[in-house]
Amino acid sequence: MKQIVKNRSALVGLIVIALLLFFAIFADFLVPNDPYHMDIWVSYEAPEWFGEDSQYILGTDDMGRCVLSRIIVGSRISLLVGAVATGSSLIIGVFLGAIGAYAGGKTDAVIMRFMDLILSIPSILLAIAIVATLGPGMVNAMIAIAIVRIPQMARVTRSMVLSIKEEDYVQAGKALGFSHGRLLFKHILMNCFAPIMVVATLGMGTAIVVEAGLSFLGLGAQPPLISWGRMLAMGREAIRAAPHMTLYPGIAIVITVLGFNLLGDGLRDIFDPQLKQR
Amino acid sequence: MFKYIIRRILQLIPVIIGISIVVFMIVHLAPGDPILMMLGEDATPEDYARLQRIYGFDRPVHEQYLRWAGNALQGDLGVSIRQGAPVSYLIVSRLPATIELAFISVLLGVILGIPLGVIAAIKRETPIDFFSMVVALLGVSMPGFWIALVLLTYIALHVGWIPMFGRGGSVFYGLWQLITTFDGTELYDGLRYIMLPAVSIGTAMMAIITRLTRSSLLEVMGKDYIRTARAKGLGERVVVFKHGLRNALLPVVTIVGIQFGAMLGGAVITETVFAWPGAGRLIVNAIQQRDFPIVQGGVLMMALIFTIVNLLVDLSYAILNPRIRYD
Repeated sequence: MKQIVKNRSALVGLIVIALLLFFAIFADFLVPNDPYHMDIWVSYEAPEWFGEDSQYILGTDDMGRCVLSRIIVGSRISLLVGAVATGSSLIIGVFLGAIGAYAGGKTDAVIMRFMDLILSIPSILLAIAIVATLGPGMVNAMIAIAIVRIPQMARVTRSMVLSIKEEDYVQAGKALGFSHGRLLFKHILMNCFAPIMVVATLGMGTAIVVEAGLSFLGLGAQPPLISWGRMLAMGREAIRAAPHMTLYPGIAIVITVLGFNLLGDGLRDIFDPQLKQR
Repeated sequence: MFKYIIRRILQLIPVIIGISIVVFMIVHLAPGDPILMMLGEDATPEDYARLQRIYGFDRPVHEQYLRWAGNALQGDLGVSIRQGAPVSYLIVSRLPATIELAFISVLLGVILGIPLGVIAAIKRETPIDFFSMVVALLGVSMPGFWIALVLLTYIALHVGWIPMFGRGGSVFYGLWQLITTFDGTELYDGLRYIMLPAVSIGTAMMAIITRLTRSSLLEVMGKDYIRTARAKGLGERVVVFKHGLRNALLPVVTIVGIQFGAMLGGAVITETVFAWPGAGRLIVNAIQQRDFPIVQGGVLMMALIFTIVNLLVDLSYAILNPRIRYD
């Protein structure tokens, strides 16, 4: 933790993510207007930062709903989908990678060839195809993103486990007659924690971008749920009348992804000081 | 080298079979009856059975797969349910647009990314370095389709000669025309249309290349042979460009190749935003219309191209770095 404070990029990333979490959790109290309230008399209102009657700081959308409030509430879907998808891909990927590297031989070959297979289809295309198959929706988007993210987690875990399993302390454990499960999950995986966390943090950013893309195509969270990708899709219909409808939800996505990328880069520098010295 | 190439090509066969099974399964697990959707609610059972026979949906799944894969081997990917045209024709006719867009985007990324990365590495820990790294970080954090929307809103809407949607002539053909007949209209028309889509997709590419070039060059500059080169009294410029950059660009070449492959299938959303008549948009539209043959054939083709491009990258890497061949 001390090192995170010292590392500028990790610190900025952490602050951004903390703020986002704060907004997502307390969204109901922080929104300036009701994000669902429609009022067509004030539709497409331009952003008004200052002034007497600046009720809508970031303007309104086609239904006269407050864009800022919708962005704040929309952070929930982005973070939720990103976290659940990344978490599931983390658990499954780490499990597969660890089992493959530890068992070696045919098990390893079968698992890794299957991972190669997933990697050989462009990931966004695969995610779109999976959601299209399962049907649009938030849960199916999570499943699709998790599936396309599994191979990377498995690969990183595998390479780490391969090198750690030759370490002396693992060999010692083996000599002491520890069970495979205890060796693998308690002694080996605990020492792979750092690089896996780096990949997972950077993966959060990717997952959020893919989620936005799926929602943009109408394949992600469905109304009345508010998602940034969907807001962008609606903004696209009104780029002449209301450019702010595409600008601000996108900035929200960029800030979120930037936060995770900064934290991921910072963590990598902390865990791998050699890289930082370069 | 020849043995290595043959081995790599043979390794490709099980991968391709695997891809075809995955693609086939994805589409066949889909809920919703495509025949009912084609015929509508008031279809007669006879019509239903007839169409089922035509598309082979009445056979067992493994038989359907073998028939589809067998036909695909001969270049026959079936007939589009909605458009009635052969899928292979639909895809092949849109591939040039996709390849051209991917090529120009990568070119943009390379032209901007490598110099930016080199400058950042040489001027390490100066404001210039910081600035390039901020640009690169922003570049990897912005979704391409959002850049596309912003460019549409704030540039295409206000600059008259930049069109919002579609594709003009081919840039490659335009270049050829310019060289052979000194007629630049085709090239101008092509560039006008491709500019914004290429910037949208190329930004992430540029950012990735900048970061990689910087870290790779910094690593190489710490090597012994660089110290030797400096000790020989070579000028800094020769050291950086001839001894440093040449070795630092190896990983960059790999990434450029892999990204080019990824872009062929990964630019689908940006293609949709600009109504770019490429293969990606064809597949997205087909998904929305439940046009299975196009989805199957399209994803299969994209995955094949992606795999082949990756193979070419590996092979070129082996040529550049002879150590790889003997592993």
